[in-house]
Amino acid sequence: MEICCKINGEERKLCFEPHERLLHVLRRHGYYEVKDGCSEGHCGVCTVLVDGKPVKSCLMFAAQAEGKEITTARGLGSPESPHPIQQAFADEGAVQCGFCTPAMILCAHHLLQRVPDPSDKEIRRALDGVLCRCTGYQKIIKAVKTAAQRIGGEAK
Amino acid sequence: MKDFKVVGKPVRKIDAIPLATGQPLFTDDVDMPGMLHARILWSPYAHARIKDIDISEAERLPGVHAVLCYKNVPRVMHTTAGQAWPEPSPYDTAMFDRKVRYVGDRVAAVAAETPEIAERALQLIRVEYEPLPAVLDPEEAIKEGAPVIHDEPDCKYVLPIRWDPKRNIAAHVELETGDFERGLREAEVVVEGKFRTHQEQHCCLETHSCIAYVDPAGRLVIRTSTQVPFHVRRIVAQCLQIPERMVRVVKPRIGGGFGGKQSMIIEDVCAMLAWRTKRPVRLVYTRREEFMSAHVRHAMVLWGKIGAKRDGRLTAIELRVLSNAGAYGAHGMTVVNNTCAKTLPLFRCENIRWVADVAYTNTVPGGAYRGYGVTQGIFPMAILMDELAERLGMDPVDFWKLNTVREGDTHPIFEKLGEVGKGVAMRIESCSLPECIDRAAEVFEWKKKRAEYSKPQSGPVRRGVGMVCVAQGATVPLIDMASASAKMNDDGSFNLLIGATDLGTGADTVLSQIFAETLDIPVEDVIVYAADTDFTPFDKGAYASSTTYCSGMAVLKTAEAIKRQILKVASEMLGEPEENLRVRQKGVESKQSGKRVEFHEIAKHSMYVRKQFQIAATESFASPLPPQSYSAHFVEVEVDVETGEVRVPLYVVAVDCGTAINPKLAEGQAEGAVLNGISHALYEQYVWDERGRMLNPSFGSYRIATTLDAPEIKTILVPSYEPSGPYGAKSIGEVCVNGPLPAISNAIYHAVGIRLRESPFTPDRVLRALKGKSKS
Ligand code: FES
Ligand code: FES
Repeated sequence: MEICCKINGEERKLCFEPHERLLHVLRRHGYYEVKDGCSEGHCGVCTVLVDGKPVKSCLMFAAQAEGKEITTARGLGSPESPHPIQQAFADEGAVQCGFCTPAMILCAHHLLQRVPDPSDKEIRRALDGVLCRCTGYQKIIKAVKTAAQRIGGEAK
Repeated sequence: MKDFKVVGKPVRKIDAIPLATGQPLFTDDVDMPGMLHARILWSPYAHARIKDIDISEAERLPGVHAVLCYKNVPRVMHTTAGQAWPEPSPYDTAMFDRKVRYVGDRVAAVAAETPEIAERALQLIRVEYEPLPAVLDPEEAIKEGAPVIHDEPDCKYVLPIRWDPKRNIAAHVELETGDFERGLREAEVVVEGKFRTHQEQHCCLETHSCIAYVDPAGRLVIRTSTQVPFHVRRIVAQCLQIPERMVRVVKPRIGGGFGGKQSMIIEDVCAMLAWRTKRPVRLVYTRREEFMSAHVRHAMVLWGKIGAKRDGRLTAIELRVLSNAGAYGAHGMTVVNNTCAKTLPLFRCENIRWVADVAYTNTVPGGAYRGYGVTQGIFPMAILMDELAERLGMDPVDFWKLNTVREGDTHPIFEKLGEVGKGVAMRIESCSLPECIDRAAEVFEWKKKRAEYSKPQSGPVRRGVGMVCVAQGATVPLIDMASASAKMNDDGSFNLLIGATDLGTGADTVLSQIFAETLDIPVEDVIVYAADTDFTPFDKGAYASSTTYCSGMAVLKTAEAIKRQILKVASEMLGEPEENLRVRQKGVESKQSGKRVEFHEIAKHSMYVRKQFQIAATESFASPLPPQSYSAHFVEVEVDVETGEVRVPLYVVAVDCGTAINPKLAEGQAEGAVLNGISHALYEQYVWDERGRMLNPSFGSYRIATTLDAPEIKTILVPSYEPSGPYGAKSIGEVCVNGPLPAISNAIYHAVGIRLRESPFTPDRVLRALKGKSKS
């Protein structure tokens, strides 16, 4: 099968077998920032934004991505010019092994788009779908707050 | 604290931005032309003999390139434990065996063009099993007449260690210091009890992953998610029976380890498949496989007894331990040794008796897990301490402070027992535990909360608070060795090549800070390359709380050797004796004349101008001592007496890790460890059926803590200065994981009056205990 979709702003053609999930197809096409932690919808590290909303890509058939806009962590920023959320994660010590980080950042991004100044509770709820075994989440929550402040500051 | 420029600063983790921007840095983030996919066939039986196996049909399936089983690989007895050679774990494992010993044990492996073909090939393998009676419980396993799990004649230890495989005993160890019986006679109050701790999976978000290939020179290259690249090289060479020089192990970024990757879990099979097919082979565990066929924290049964005088001083400690090794003995003895060696030197008590057995059972094997025996050992001790405090009418805070070690103390266990065997005598040179206790109690508002929740409570949700202290020694002294190499570049920057293994902990950053501090340069001028057995010098790997302390000292010594070379060149360039010179901000300056020469000039001078040579050095550090880190844990719980649910709203931990080389990363270690401990105490649990099958091998039913479960964790770093460590540093990786299990048990007791001596504290266990209490 073949479909067209937009990934990180670029038109892409994806080729795959009909039964394949988006996660595995994305990784095979070089989007390694989309991680596989369970392939069964429980860990969230495979999260991507589909038309702006966080989706566990291991639960979505690749075929369902036809015509959609997909964003991964690499679509938000690069080492030369990281997104403020990526920068905040690095500055606050929210990145340990980094395996959950791309998904955490995408969930945070979705949250900050809707709620520019989120409470602790709102951050916890927004990130609840992604597991992290390294950090105890404290510095991740802090990083989202810092990012919110920095983005808010910029907007003013 | 001393005045540092780079050490002690919250320097940003050097790989944080690449990771946050999703760069392809992990083992499985590559594709290779012609890569094959490996899958493994697992035993459906807890205990069975393989009467015959027929792989011919699988081999004939188009797209299949190799099928391995006991019939076509060499039988080399080894241990999967990634420990220093000679390993203190039994050689009781073969790559494939004629017997399977737990559900999830290896039977065969396939490499094929696609994962789907490999999966289909597994179904074509015909195995004739002869099921054997299985034993799942360690207390049953050591009884007369229990099925013998390791009856193969070729299993052995390479060190003189007491064991009795015919009785399923994988190791027996014991020790007495002082005079236990006398201590007990002197005691005026004695408490005792039987305890049980449960298995736990590491749950690294990145499962075990490995890609192996044969390079154009015919050497085997293994790219793998490991904590122990050098041990993996040695063990794989052993299993494949090829010289070590033919093997190169490369460690990229690792998605968490926590001890789970301190064993050679999959590299031997992946390497053998690549070696046979001469094609790249990828083997990545599924989450289910991670639960069923990797290692776990050893479950233990423990009997503890503590005696004290009326004034509160401890007089005697007894700890008897039965550890569940599971089907193989990797890490069995060393973990159980630490229930004594790294747990009990916390207490100011000389009269100690400790006896431990490690039992084989037909369950998933135990292995290394952050805490490494201290988690289990402190559980009974810290609960009994709480009971004693109550019996004596003392506040637990005062009672712990009275009975825990201080600077200048020593402990008889240090000399008698280490992780592997004999220990080394040691005086405690650094210990801020008393301040840790005070600071944490204050931040937590212990006095106020303790008094308030001691009053009668009504309503379904009852509150309580509990506290414990923990120590964890760094390194396996006299055995652990680390080394580092560095060289200077034209522009005055440095390559730092280390065998140390950053698992996401930030070790690369911490080690570059130590290097930068010594040479007075910014961290950006240190280019770290870590863990490649071809290019970096030996390091034992990341375990036993040793990286900051032991690898850190190797880096410090290397930087000092480089500094000496730099000063020599500078002395020639400036025409001044070396004694006048010192390094200062990327250069060397004279204390007398004030003249200065920059590092990049020195580098160029040594490379191009006169008496040319490469400024470079390699230094090693073998750990002489196991300095202890300490932590004080204070937890608040809410127990719902109707549902049995336990919630943790607040956790305060104060840590003495010596100098925190990077406070932000140190806090991160503490917080991650604390939440791991809470998760273990409240949510995580292997559920078995009576035939030894795990019923919940998925994050859906084996729950780990999420953002919504995580309490507010307040971390307080209370510095001390360890003279034997780099810039006063000790270790931070493990010590904090051990506190939550007993601290939460103590807090539950405070809230609702039930002593939970068996973990985890699930709602049904809490409800049962509440029912039992209301009956009595
Ligand atoms: S990989 Fe998709 S939820 Fe775990
Ligand atoms: S940083 Fe390792 S899983 Fe989150």
